[in-house]
Amino acid sequence: MNRTELVVDWLKANLFRSVIDSIVSVVVGALAVFALFRLVRFVFVTGRWEIIEVNLSLLITGVWPEAEMWRLVATLLAAGFVGGLVVGFVARSREIEAGIEPGPIRPGRRLGQLVSRLWPLLLGVGLLLLLSRTIMPTLLVLAVVGAVVVGRLVGRRLPRRSTTPLAVFAVLTLIGTVFLMVNGVGLDDWGGVVLNLFLAAFSITLCFPLGVMLALGRRSQYPVIRLLSVGYIELFRGAPLIALLLMADVTIGFFVPQSIVPSTPVRAIVVFTLFTAAYMAEVVRGGLQSVPSGQVEAAKALGLSPISTTFRIVLPQALRNVIPAIVGQFISLFKDTTLAGAAMGLRELLNAAQAATAQAQFRGQGLIVETTIFVLFLFWVGAFTMSRESQRLERRLGVGNR
Amino acid sequence: MSAAAQRPPFWRDVRVLGWVFQLAVFAVVVAIIGVLVNNVRVNSANQGIPTGFSFLDQPSSFEIPGNDFRQTQPVREAIVEGVLNTLRVVIAGLILATLLGVTLGVGRLSGNFLIRTITRVYVETIRNIPLLGLLIFFYIGLVLTAFPRVEDSWVVSNVLVANVRGVTIPWITGSTIAFLIVLAVAVGLAWAVNRWRLQVNERTGEPARGGTWAIPVFVLVGFWGAFFVGTGITTPELDGRSLDGGMTMQPEYFALLLALVIYTASHIAEIVRGAIQAVPKGQVEAASALALSNWHRLRHIVLPQALRIAVPPIGNQYLNLMKNSSLGFVISYFEVTKTVQTTVGNRSPAVPAFLLLIGIYLVMSLIISAGVNVVNRRLQVVER
Repeated sequence: MNRTELVVDWLKANLFRSVIDSIVSVVVGALAVFALFRLVRFVFVTGRWEIIEVNLSLLITGVWPEAEMWRLVATLLAAGFVGGLVVGFVARSREIEAGIEPGPIRPGRRLGQLVSRLWPLLLGVGLLLLLSRTIMPTLLVLAVVGAVVVGRLVGRRLPRRSTTPLAVFAVLTLIGTVFLMVNGVGLDDWGGVVLNLFLAAFSITLCFPLGVMLALGRRSQYPVIRLLSVGYIELFRGAPLIALLLMADVTIGFFVPQSIVPSTPVRAIVVFTLFTAAYMAEVVRGGLQSVPSGQVEAAKALGLSPISTTFRIVLPQALRNVIPAIVGQFISLFKDTTLAGAAMGLRELLNAAQAATAQAQFRGQGLIVETTIFVLFLFWVGAFTMSRESQRLERRLGVGNR
Repeated sequence: MSAAAQRPPFWRDVRVLGWVFQLAVFAVVVAIIGVLVNNVRVNSANQGIPTGFSFLDQPSSFEIPGNDFRQTQPVREAIVEGVLNTLRVVIAGLILATLLGVTLGVGRLSGNFLIRTITRVYVETIRNIPLLGLLIFFYIGLVLTAFPRVEDSWVVSNVLVANVRGVTIPWITGSTIAFLIVLAVAVGLAWAVNRWRLQVNERTGEPARGGTWAIPVFVLVGFWGAFFVGTGITTPELDGRSLDGGMTMQPEYFALLLALVIYTASHIAEIVRGAIQAVPKGQVEAASALALSNWHRLRHIVLPQALRIAVPPIGNQYLNLMKNSSLGFVISYFEVTKTVQTTVGNRSPAVPAFLLLIGIYLVMSLIISAGVNVVNRRLQVVER
């Protein structure tokens, strides 16, 4: 068959299967072309993007002082390096397990793979660089990419048995960067998308031990522990996050002595942590249920204590199975951090964007459409990239296929 | 050796240790709660704030827009009004989100390339943006900025009129309760007829044709019943600056409903798609081999199995929609969160008011979960 016939066949099979199908295709197609035209015209012609260009740093980092910017840069570089290190190490370990020798690197093909895998992220970063008025962000992005590449190369050459030291190094580096940032700029001065990411990442890390404890408690043989765990989980899953945030904002001063009332960002972190722990518990419970009971029986037969059985046999398998679900939880927490702006007045991305439309220069021009679309686009880039990566991970781990 | 002598001393007896451990955890939890309660009591007393629920009987001293609620009515009634507003948006949202979500989910598996692509773009976009952003976009960006003045309303003949005061659609007149009863009777009769046809089919092998019998029954009973109880239809009539008839949704209600439906539908669509794809291929092939028609294959083989997979996660989405209705607070739609927050702003004590709010949401969650569980139990495979 030649090319034309292939195209005709495809059209017949996918657009014009029957009379009704053809009518639907034509009508929907016309509407889609019109919508696409309006969208393109809005993005490139009618959209007034000046407000974004002027406020770009406000939307990304809030009122982060220029003099302290190096802390953010250092954090990004460190995160990029550690990320690359872990990815490189894991990739190499898999290759060795599967007995594959790395072939010659073909840059063109490698680039093509990266683009098809990370196109939402590349789109978002590219757009941000287009909107920025200085060369610095471009240099920063190049530096971070460099850090990732270097990390990956080093990670591939690490000795095979360095899993534990690598994990310790990664965790210590990340804790170090948190201290580096918080020591320089108090949490009250944070804002923009950096605050959203920080709130989400910090809270999901803090909630993890609590969530695992609750999940284990829910399956405990002790009725009191079970009851308390179920009570906690259902209480926090039954209440809306925004009501909890409002409640914490207004009433936390009643629950703790006046001398230690925490600042607003800390309140937000506390609520996000307690709230997400309940969901994390359900995610981990799913993982625990996926571990075959033969594993526990075998551990008992080997004479392992209940604690060893849990921590050396059950949890490692359970947690491995729920990594994609945890990423999903992180995505929804990342989106929910916008609520901290509405309920507590934190200057996170969405709130900062609304505030920008109230500036004297931009007031009363209906610019909320442009700012909100920009904000939604940034969230979409983050969430969509993460969800694609987690789907990839899910396929790799073969969850549900074993 | 006697049995008693074989038991280890109590400090090494697993059963005793288990109970000691449980009591210790319980004591710690009780102690934490005790400290918190005591803190609330001390801090409230220091600021001269009452801690009980007597504030419910105080006058609310605020008004609820779009409602004839008066300032002199007690806080209790304001909160009831808030719950009703929440239910209004949640019930409409559940129905519309289910319809849109199922349509989109089926659309994602369509043989038509355009339908498949457009529904996919919709789902992948909406699922990955925060609901609050969507809500602000619809409320400030669409309703407040773009909706026209009354005299320039957007009009779709007598079906839909949209302007800054809200969105007006046709609605029923007369007693709503009577209409709902008629509707319930009509649905019940149609269901009974369908069941009878199925029994006939089982007994005699004659085709059931449940729809052919039940739908006319539903239509006839519904129409005559509605006519009998005096239900009419009112349509919006725009005449210059005045708008008569129909039912007007407040701008806040409209924006919240729109955002909730569009957002929740994208999640339901993914669930429906996953559930349909999860039905084993062999089932469809077996149905084709038995020469079942497309419709019968869908109705009797694919959908029952897909539904069984989809119901629990869709129930979760219903819970999410109910909880997400609290975002109405951000655009000052007086659902229960906004109402409670306003009473707290009007000097109701904060701690009991918010505990009451959380309690209300817990009760609503329990009701929805119970409903979903009933459906789920009916759909489960009866195992031996």
